[in-house]
Amino acid sequence: MLLIEDLHKHYLTAQGPLPVLQGIDLRLEAQSSLALMGESGSGKSTLLHLIAGLDKADRGRILIHGQALDDRSETALAQWRRESIGLVFQQYNLIPSLDVASNLSFQARLAGRHDLAWSRHLAERLGLSGLLQRYPEQLSGGQQQRVAIGRALAPRPPLLLADEPTGSLDEGSSEEVLALLLQLIGEAGSSVLMVTHSARMAARLQRSCRLQAGRVLAESRH
Amino acid sequence: MSALAVALQALLSHWRRHRVQGASIFLGLCLATTLWTGVQALNSQARNDYARASAVLAAPSQVHLQPRTGQPLSQALYLQLRSLGWAVSPVLEGRLAMAGQGAPSLRLIGIEPLTLPRNLSLAGSSAQDLDVQAFIGPPGQAWIGPDTLRRLGLAPGQSALSAQGLALPPLHMQAELAPGVVLLDIGQAQRLLQAPGQVSRLLLDGPPRTLPKELASWLELASGSDEGDLQRLTESFHLNLSALGLLAFVVGLFIAHAAIGLALEQRRGLIRTLRACGVSLRTVLLALSLELGAFAVLGGLLGVAGGYLLAAALLPDFAASVRGLYGAQVAGHLSLPASWWATGVLVSVVGALLAGASAVLRAARLPLLALAQAQAWRRAQGPWLRRQALAALGLGLLALGCWYWGASLPSAFTLLASLLLAAALALPLLLDRVLAGLGHWARRPLAQWFVADSRQQLPALSLALMALLLALAASVGVGSMTEGFRSTFNGWLEQRLSADLYLTPGDSDQAASIDQWLGEQPAVTLRLPTWRSEINVQGWPAQLQGVLDVPWYRQHWPLLSHSSDAWTALAEGRGVMLSEQLARRLHVGLGERLNLPLQPAASLRVVGLYADYGNPKGHILLNAGWLRAHWPQASLSGIALNVAPGQLPVLQAQLRERFALDDSRMVEQASLKAWSSEVFTRTFAATTALNGLTLGIAGVALLLGLLTLAQSRLGQLAPLWALGVSRPRLVLLSLAQTLLLATLTVLLALPLGVLLAWCLVAVVNVQAFGWRLPLHVFPQQLLQLAGLGLGTSLLASAWPLWQLARQCPVDLLRQFCDER
Repeated sequence: MLLIEDLHKHYLTAQGPLPVLQGIDLRLEAQSSLALMGESGSGKSTLLHLIAGLDKADRGRILIHGQALDDRSETALAQWRRESIGLVFQQYNLIPSLDVASNLSFQARLAGRHDLAWSRHLAERLGLSGLLQRYPEQLSGGQQQRVAIGRALAPRPPLLLADEPTGSLDEGSSEEVLALLLQLIGEAGSSVLMVTHSARMAARLQRSCRLQAGRVLAESRH
Repeated sequence: MSALAVALQALLSHWRRHRVQGASIFLGLCLATTLWTGVQALNSQARNDYARASAVLAAPSQVHLQPRTGQPLSQALYLQLRSLGWAVSPVLEGRLAMAGQGAPSLRLIGIEPLTLPRNLSLAGSSAQDLDVQAFIGPPGQAWIGPDTLRRLGLAPGQSALSAQGLALPPLHMQAELAPGVVLLDIGQAQRLLQAPGQVSRLLLDGPPRTLPKELASWLELASGSDEGDLQRLTESFHLNLSALGLLAFVVGLFIAHAAIGLALEQRRGLIRTLRACGVSLRTVLLALSLELGAFAVLGGLLGVAGGYLLAAALLPDFAASVRGLYGAQVAGHLSLPASWWATGVLVSVVGALLAGASAVLRAARLPLLALAQAQAWRRAQGPWLRRQALAALGLGLLALGCWYWGASLPSAFTLLASLLLAAALALPLLLDRVLAGLGHWARRPLAQWFVADSRQQLPALSLALMALLLALAASVGVGSMTEGFRSTFNGWLEQRLSADLYLTPGDSDQAASIDQWLGEQPAVTLRLPTWRSEINVQGWPAQLQGVLDVPWYRQHWPLLSHSSDAWTALAEGRGVMLSEQLARRLHVGLGERLNLPLQPAASLRVVGLYADYGNPKGHILLNAGWLRAHWPQASLSGIALNVAPGQLPVLQAQLRERFALDDSRMVEQASLKAWSSEVFTRTFAATTALNGLTLGIAGVALLLGLLTLAQSRLGQLAPLWALGVSRPRLVLLSLAQTLLLATLTVLLALPLGVLLAWCLVAVVNVQAFGWRLPLHVFPQQLLQLAGLGLGTSLLASAWPLWQLARQCPVDLLRQFCDER
């Protein structure tokens, strides 16, 4: 479903252009999972942002179901994110002015795919049923990340992009959250691309790919 | 480096990254000080000049003899009194038109220096120090103040020419002499004023004695001068201006208060770190206070300079206003004492204390481990909103009390202030409730976010919105009052000034000759001679006017209220009519009796009340025959005429030729109306300018609030963007949020402004000027001001939105990347 060909990206810095991605090739099948690993600055998050349409590549192509992302307008990219992508960030990025219930259903309703039963199921599975009236800042880090996962999965997106989703959590919570995430991805029928530093986390996914200096260093199946 | 220096350095580093916020505190204090000190500069200049005017010829308990008729005295009377052993000194006063287009007319005061009372001071210096030889001359001296000298464009030693081509003695600059006044020898004054052998009044040296019987019918003892009345009459005008200045000051402080509060919120983490590193709470508070002090002094210095410039810009209109309204002369050039500058900076420091004290106190009680999160902030606002609502309720009750029981100008202003503050304090709670109500209706996710996020922005924007509410309500109120006044005044002028020509002869003999001559002219279709005199009724100066019993008055003298037989009673000498302001001052109503201090005293029924706008003195209308019979001192002093069509220029030429009447004594209806309208426009020029500036400041407050918020909002908008809401849509949503808050504020400001207008016309005007105006609401004006309020909000939001629209995706991405 996702095909990446010869992807290049650089950022302009005070010291001159800084290449971040230097010819990435990747493929992700439907309902499969891939872990992106690498040192800090290896280009993992940038790659995730390009796939999400949050940023534009300098060169190369990103094809979703055979259709290129790069020539889409900002509005089309926004629609793409709304309808086809679920995003989970390390710092949750919940909407602080809305309560948990509204945060959970936010993207699904935005995409016009709000399924009440599925949302309730997600809330239950994520252990959020008793917290629906609370606001994000009244929750612990683990609870906030569960809300973020629930929000991303509520519209059953074909592709879930997770940027170190357990990076802010302790080891116990990380295991718990990851297990839940993988189960729910399976139930939602989504593919997942997850950036992580943890080899243990990566091992729970079907494949992993290590980036170094903007290039794919190695790929492995688990 | 001491702990204080470290703390200061760390706290000040905040401003490098938050320059707009720093600028907003500075600007808030600066604007507040500018407007307050500007208004105070105008008032201070005017009061100085009134004091200088009363000090032209001043002595402790100065008593003088003045003619009962209001007509000049003969010099022979002065000589007679001197021969009877009275130590009197003659004074002649009059206005002299100067040569040259646009040249001012001057108030000439002629004195006789050899007989001046011993303890008299002349324009601030003792009469005994006067160089009599130089003063009398030849060529003599004409003392003149620096401002008048500048207006004439002449230098000391030069000689000015009157409009008739007569030369004044060489000008001698006397720094303390009031503007518009020339002091010179009485002989020179008689020559220049073409009043040979005439005297206006006689200064008395020593305690007053009983006048000889043969002189008592002509002369009366009087103490003080018009200038004392001037202080009292102009006080309301200055108080009105001060109230507007205070409003602008408060609006300016809102800016500073909002910015200081936000800066504290943003530095909560820094303060926590400083304290964790061992800096004591006392040191942190001291550093915060020093920082605030620096803002105050810098903002104050610039604000005082701005105030001076503002006052200098408004001074010409302001001077014209008090001249037109009260005949008071105010210099066209500011000369302010050093204490004014010092007070200006002090005001800024006090303002900064008021604006920042709560923030510093909050820093002292800061729960350092609590997270500075927006929702926590909003929830913390809950109790605060309730306290504000209670304060608003209290102020509302105070306003009601002032309205019901108040009967003075301070109580009228307390009513205004408490009403405005109550509305401002209630605004955040009202907006919160309205948004909460909207939240129940919002079904779509973005609509829910829109309302919830707007509520979250409220604490940060509420002060700016309160400023907008106050400024807009003041604009609506003052605008409705001004426009209502203009419309009432124009209608009143239209009725009252319906004769073709108004004559003011030089004296009653000339008036009688003119009246007789006019009676023989076939071109004159209506002739209305009036007899006038000045009296003092229960301590209030008033003008008596005697009119003929002709139908013209019934048609053209608009009455606010009257008894059924008003004009008949007046014609038969059974009734009297009063101007509204005099009736209010004397607490006399329709049907009640008014005691007139005539000789003998008379008591007449009040049969009518009329408006007499712009006249600071009271006005009493009587039948001419009755007045002349009971008060022979009343002199024939004015004649109004209606002339057959096309005959006016011919008649004017004849009057000019036959009676030497110049344009100042013969005024056409159109010129009189134009002059009255000009006085009106100028009177409200300073008010309108201050109003506009206050609205501008509110706009700046909103802009700064939005700019400050824009920085912190990026983190809240980025997740929405990531979830698929495009940037243009985010910009539109943000714009709609600002417009929603501004619209709700404007919707509240409009009725508040109308209420304010009612308070101004029905309460403040009555207490300040003695007249009440009907309340007019001008829908078009309300729409314009609503548009202006929304436009101001749009302008204020334009820059932050433009920044958001141009926001590089990288900046939004940074919200996610900065997490690490």
